[in-house]
Amino acid sequence: MAQMSQMRTEEKGEQTSRLLIILSKGTMDMVYPALMIATTGATMGKEVHMFFTFWGLDAVNKKKVNSMKVAAVGNPGMPMPNILGMIPGMTAMATRMMEGKMAKAKVPSIPEMFRMAKDLGVKLHACSTTMEVMGTPKDDLIREVDDVVGAATMLSLGEGGQIIFI
Amino acid sequence: MDCRGSFCPGPITELFKAYRSAQLGDVIELWATDPAAKADIAAWAQKSGNELQNVSEEQGYVRILVKVTKKRS
Repeated sequence: MAQMSQMRTEEKGEQTSRLLIILSKGTMDMVYPALMIATTGATMGKEVHMFFTFWGLDAVNKKKVNSMKVAAVGNPGMPMPNILGMIPGMTAMATRMMEGKMAKAKVPSIPEMFRMAKDLGVKLHACSTTMEVMGTPKDDLIREVDDVVGAATMLSLGEGGQIIFI
Repeated sequence: MDCRGSFCPGPITELFKAYRSAQLGDVIELWATDPAAKADIAAWAQKSGNELQNVSEEQGYVRILVKVTKKRS
């Protein structure tokens, strides 16, 4: 029995498993977990792919990556009555609060996390349909993005691995 | 490596940076206050084929020793 679990451990160490993270949301509270899982997966020897679709594409948009926000409306986790979230400035305030807390826990900024992910070998794929629909030219994407692909390529990248949809 | 005050994935990414520049047989010492660090680093060591040599509770932080027993190309 002990031998068997030993064997399984060794096997686990040997295999390179895949991880595909599909990011469809473009708010700070969605982008951070995606990047945290991606970078951690890469350090564990996984082949990691991130696919950016719909609002997730904002995360790799040069003009938006530096200003990811936390939604103050429609976010029941906010420590206040939801309707107050509609007051102008609330989203900015919630975002500043979250940024402050992240900095306190020494979590790198989102652009820094992308550089780290890239350095660890994470592959970044932008969704071609989203680029067309949202009117985002390739030049607007951060340089860490590897390529622009469709769903078939994305699915083949994740085949046989873990897929996480955010 | 002093990762006190740094939370997931900080300790793991710092450990991995040290691991990349380490030689076989080197021991990496990491200090962390993140309560998840112990389990996370144990999982990393198992997955990457390295050895979790020692984990000790110090005052207010945990001291983790990882021996590099396997290098990935």
